[in-house]
Amino acid sequence: MKTLMQENAPLYEALIKYKTKRVVPFDVPGHKQGRGNPELTEFLGKSCLNVDVNSMKPLDNLCHPVSVIREAEELAADAFNAQNAFFMVNGTSSSVQAMIMSACKQGDKIIMPRNVHRSAINALIISGAIPVYVNPGLNKELGIPLGMSIDDVKQAILQNPDAKAILVNNPTYYGICSNIKEIVRIAHEAGIMVLTDEAHGTHFYFGENLPLSAMQAGADMSAVSMHKTGGSLTQSSLLLLGKNVNPDYVRQIINLTQTTSASYLLMSSLDISRRNLALNGKEIFEKVTRFAEYTRREINKIGGFYAFSKELINTDTVFDFDVTKLSVHTREIGLAGIEVYDILRDDYGIQIEFGDIGNILAIISVGDRSLDLERLISSLSEIKRLYAQDPSGIFDHEYITPEIVSSPQKAFYSNKKSVPINSAKDAVSTEFVMCYPPGIPILAPGERITEEILTYIAFAKEKGCSLTGTEDLKIEKINIIDGNV
Amino acid sequence: MELWFTEKHTENVHFSIRVEKQLCSVQSEFQRIDVFDSTEFGRFLTLDGLVMITEKDEFIYHDMIVHIPMATNPKIKNVLVIGAGDGGTIRELTRYQSIEQIDVAEIDEMVVTVCREHLPKTASRFSDPRVVLHFEDGLRYVRSKTEQYDLIIVDSTDPFGPGEGLFTKEFYGNCFKALRDDGILVNQHESPYYKDDVMSMKRAHQRIQSFFPNCRVYQAHIPTYPSGHWLFGFASKKYDPIKDLDADLWNSLGIKTKYYNTELHKGCFALPTYVNELLENTDDE
Repeated sequence: MKTLMQENAPLYEALIKYKTKRVVPFDVPGHKQGRGNPELTEFLGKSCLNVDVNSMKPLDNLCHPVSVIREAEELAADAFNAQNAFFMVNGTSSSVQAMIMSACKQGDKIIMPRNVHRSAINALIISGAIPVYVNPGLNKELGIPLGMSIDDVKQAILQNPDAKAILVNNPTYYGICSNIKEIVRIAHEAGIMVLTDEAHGTHFYFGENLPLSAMQAGADMSAVSMHKTGGSLTQSSLLLLGKNVNPDYVRQIINLTQTTSASYLLMSSLDISRRNLALNGKEIFEKVTRFAEYTRREINKIGGFYAFSKELINTDTVFDFDVTKLSVHTREIGLAGIEVYDILRDDYGIQIEFGDIGNILAIISVGDRSLDLERLISSLSEIKRLYAQDPSGIFDHEYITPEIVSSPQKAFYSNKKSVPINSAKDAVSTEFVMCYPPGIPILAPGERITEEILTYIAFAKEKGCSLTGTEDLKIEKINIIDGNV
Repeated sequence: MELWFTEKHTENVHFSIRVEKQLCSVQSEFQRIDVFDSTEFGRFLTLDGLVMITEKDEFIYHDMIVHIPMATNPKIKNVLVIGAGDGGTIRELTRYQSIEQIDVAEIDEMVVTVCREHLPKTASRFSDPRVVLHFEDGLRYVRSKTEQYDLIIVDSTDPFGPGEGLFTKEFYGNCFKALRDDGILVNQHESPYYKDDVMSMKRAHQRIQSFFPNCRVYQAHIPTYPSGHWLFGFASKKYDPIKDLDADLWNSLGIKTKYYNTELHKGCFALPTYVNELLENTDDE
């Protein structure tokens, strides 16, 4: 058998070969290499439609990979220093869900910080696992949730020795990392699996002087969003496994919910991006780091804005910081992050990743150009000149400690009734409320609706945050548990 | 043998100049730089394949971008020029003894090097002691300046490529901040004729208008630019370019020009009807 190198891209190579064979398609998809849908072909390009194909012997099958997909996954595992890697085609949400469902059965406990992405709590609704929340640290000045403190993790394990897994964000959306190595050590000592949400950490595996990656730290599983900072197509993702996890069982779990018609566009983008990162990742993220550091320095020169970085490190709840993240605190100029986000888009034609109450986040990546960074910096300087106001009107609280009344699954499937959100005080929610992005729930199923939460939701709404989660698309009504819990 | 330089003015319109000889072709960090000799237009400079200046018609552009603001306010002392690597705008500015400082923010040092070697007719006054060259992004340069200049001239390339940032709202806003209370901003304003140029032109006008109380557009005929019909923007916090023109004073300076004169100064603000209509309806951009 031939030895595969990181210079190879087996799935991509197989698709190129398939194209040259000019196979006559009497299978799905029905657009038949684009001929059946000229408008779509004109829009997306013929070379794209040509490889939008179905599984077939020469192209392998994602549900049961034995040839080129398997090889591509093996190369990905090598590149990421993992024992196994799975190509995922339903976003990193599906990777997070596969991790949790592989580690926990109905009624099993999983320790996690409350500032997880909604996909993690969705996995609890599906699997029936019970969350044990560790309050993340909070930076009061910035209003952002931090990582988990080691003492809190120890305490949670002590109180829940039967927990099956612990979930760690590596890093958070804002770039903050917990002491993952120590968490792995403590958890493994207690026989608990470590799962990591590395949706924002693909680059940790390739860049230098970046925080420790989950696989390097000895974690058991990791969900990696290749499409976020790794350059692959939106919705493509990787699930990585460490050495003590049974990959065949994980594949069965993935196949419970995964499509049987995985997109070759997504999969080939993973293969090509993995090759690029393995060969050029060091230089790519050196440039990204340089760009981010420059932009941060320039933004901090403007005054009023605070583009924070490694000075937040406190050896515990901020164990490390990902310098490629450009998070900017905006409250001192009297504008909510979401307001700056809206002004940048509407007045300056600049789309950033998200704005929350006190901060904005811009993603800096391999695709950026110096002149675009100058535009972002200059626009922020103009926004300060034209819009700065007294900051006292800005809500100064981000993290609210939840009161958990019932497990997410039990709450979600309980008898419920719909009530106007403002009259729901003290009731137990059966659904989510969150700003999207970042997609971290303000309220999750099974949690008590408090005055503080209602105030927060009203403020976020007023400032123009895009709220999601409830059955009612207008977020005017909320489903609550009907009767006793 | 025939050698032709061709520039696409649109997808469907080509503009070609017969070339005698290519003198230079280099790729900088930002763009491709070429210099040619031709019979019809003399020596000419192209950036990324677009004509920037030719020896035969550069006087029109440089006269109009410099003398209009200088005749409106002859007391101008501190000038910032953004772009202008070919040196033509600087050459015209240095003819005013009253100017004390000319800062030049040009992103691409190689353009200046190439022009100094091959285009001595425009690049002749970089060594004037009042000229200070800053090789950096214009948007970056102007960001840190506050109420420092009497005149900013935006002598940029088109709004695609390295000059992109010089057509943005944040750029014009930062220029407003960098100008004194009686400051003037003059920019090359693209053309009103071909569709893509029209979009850039309208956007630039709308953005400048959102900052400056006095905004006027003027025109010139430049044979080697797309459609030959080119516009400039005049914006000021205080001056009106026609009412405040001091023709006698300017004429007494004895500056000899080939295109500009004080009668043309008044006339060049009179625009064709379709151009006026384009400028009035900028909301849809």
